[in-house]
Amino acid sequence: MMKRVLILGAGTAGTMMANHLARRLDRKDWSLTIVDQHKTHYYQPGFLFIPFGVYGEQDVIKSKREFIPDGVEYIEQKIELIEPDSNKVRLGDGTVLAYDILIVATGSKIFPEEIEGLKEDGWFKNVFDFYTIEGASALREALKDFKGGKLVVHLSEMPIKCPVAPLEFTFLADWFLHTQGIRNETELIYITPLSEAFTKHNCAVVLNYLLEEKRIHMETDFNVERVDETANRIIGYDGREIDYDLLVTIPTNMGDPVIARSGMGDDLNFIPTHKHNLQSKSHENVFVIGDATDLPSSKAGSVAHFQGDVLTENILNFISGNPLKDDFDGHANCFIESGFGKAFLIDFNYDIEPVEGTFPLPVIGPFSLLKETRVNHMGKLAFRWIYWNILLKGRPMPGIKTRMQTLGKRLPKIA
Amino acid sequence: MATREIAGTTVEVNDEGYLTNPDQWNEEIAKVIAREEGIGELTEGHWKVVKFLRDDFKEKGVMPTIRRVKNAGGIPTKDLYELFPEGPLKKSSKVAGLQKPASCI
Repeated sequence: MMKRVLILGAGTAGTMMANHLARRLDRKDWSLTIVDQHKTHYYQPGFLFIPFGVYGEQDVIKSKREFIPDGVEYIEQKIELIEPDSNKVRLGDGTVLAYDILIVATGSKIFPEEIEGLKEDGWFKNVFDFYTIEGASALREALKDFKGGKLVVHLSEMPIKCPVAPLEFTFLADWFLHTQGIRNETELIYITPLSEAFTKHNCAVVLNYLLEEKRIHMETDFNVERVDETANRIIGYDGREIDYDLLVTIPTNMGDPVIARSGMGDDLNFIPTHKHNLQSKSHENVFVIGDATDLPSSKAGSVAHFQGDVLTENILNFISGNPLKDDFDGHANCFIESGFGKAFLIDFNYDIEPVEGTFPLPVIGPFSLLKETRVNHMGKLAFRWIYWNILLKGRPMPGIKTRMQTLGKRLPKIA
Repeated sequence: MATREIAGTTVEVNDEGYLTNPDQWNEEIAKVIAREEGIGELTEGHWKVVKFLRDDFKEKGVMPTIRRVKNAGGIPTKDLYELFPEGPLKKSSKVAGLQKPASCI
């Protein structure tokens, strides 16, 4: 009797797992099925560039099916309910899929309705997100017509997908406004619930400096209570009020509603997951990868990539009855666009903060860690090709290891 | 590990004054920390928050978020801000003898 590995979600993480497992599973005994209701695979890191006209829609869109390898059953259906106690998944058309091993890769997305007053009259008029193709494209049109005033970039609540994206957007907006000749007519304000620019202190220090240099005003520790889209004002729980002419917001990010329906998530619908081996905390044959987990690692494609390597080994370990390996170290690797054709690169994990150095090779680089360079920016642009051609297909990234490497990094001495 | 005496009890604290062992906490300690944090006398509303934080932490083993205080604790975020102004979760966790809530990634 054939056994089944079932993957829920054909986004970055799910697609990578389908590719890994199609090569590695013993196909005499195991079948592989992946379910997703959507047709389009978006290159989400590209959304950042759409509002500024650097990328168009055509640069970030491909078919999901194109990246699912032969021999994998692909089902285009809504996932209605996961029943982990009986090893079954119900689909929108009433089909019931039984599984032996489940991989949940249902991701996270924005929920603007979580913030009072956000999805009201101003939504997509002078209030936008850029975490969806619709938001990023609508914002491009608004920026074309923008004549100056108060441009407010706002981060609602952590955690969010790609935690550096709001800052990158702000830096690129500064650059874009310069090119339009209206930077001096624009007050650029960055609002965050954090106490500094980023969650990692070493990196925040560098970014704080950059914000000052670019004359971007930052409001920290700001927890949004509501948005008043009649008065064009954002109001914090502590009574602070900030006016805007154009508001670019990152709404609350949550896991997929199917996780809540199935009773598998926390308050944000993220699934409690063992942080080093990616097994769910509730069921030993359920594994979780990418943005769907509750792990204290970044919600980003690079992280899903590193997790994919670990999870593939652990699925094979689980099948053969071997102990799972605690090999995921929280490794993340992110380019941070800083405008004017430059970018930073940071590399960190659960325990080690971003530091200066070179990447991926010690001394040689070619990328510089925690420094603003043109080569880093080229890397960011080249990453789109790497994403489609290497990352999604689950191929190894040349020179880049799953576990964070410390060679070539200037680590602080541990006291 | 540093220790200090609060309300006649010796407790272990970290460098920011958060208790590192929730079992060493008692209500008298909470009152002293609340005064030090500028919160003043603890009212029924404060105790409801403190009790929820402690119970939830004990049950789940992770520090509740503001969202969880609202959803599972039934305490509106607006109220939490009025009770513990300027960093409501940081201050209420300190009063409750729990660790400082970690900022997410």
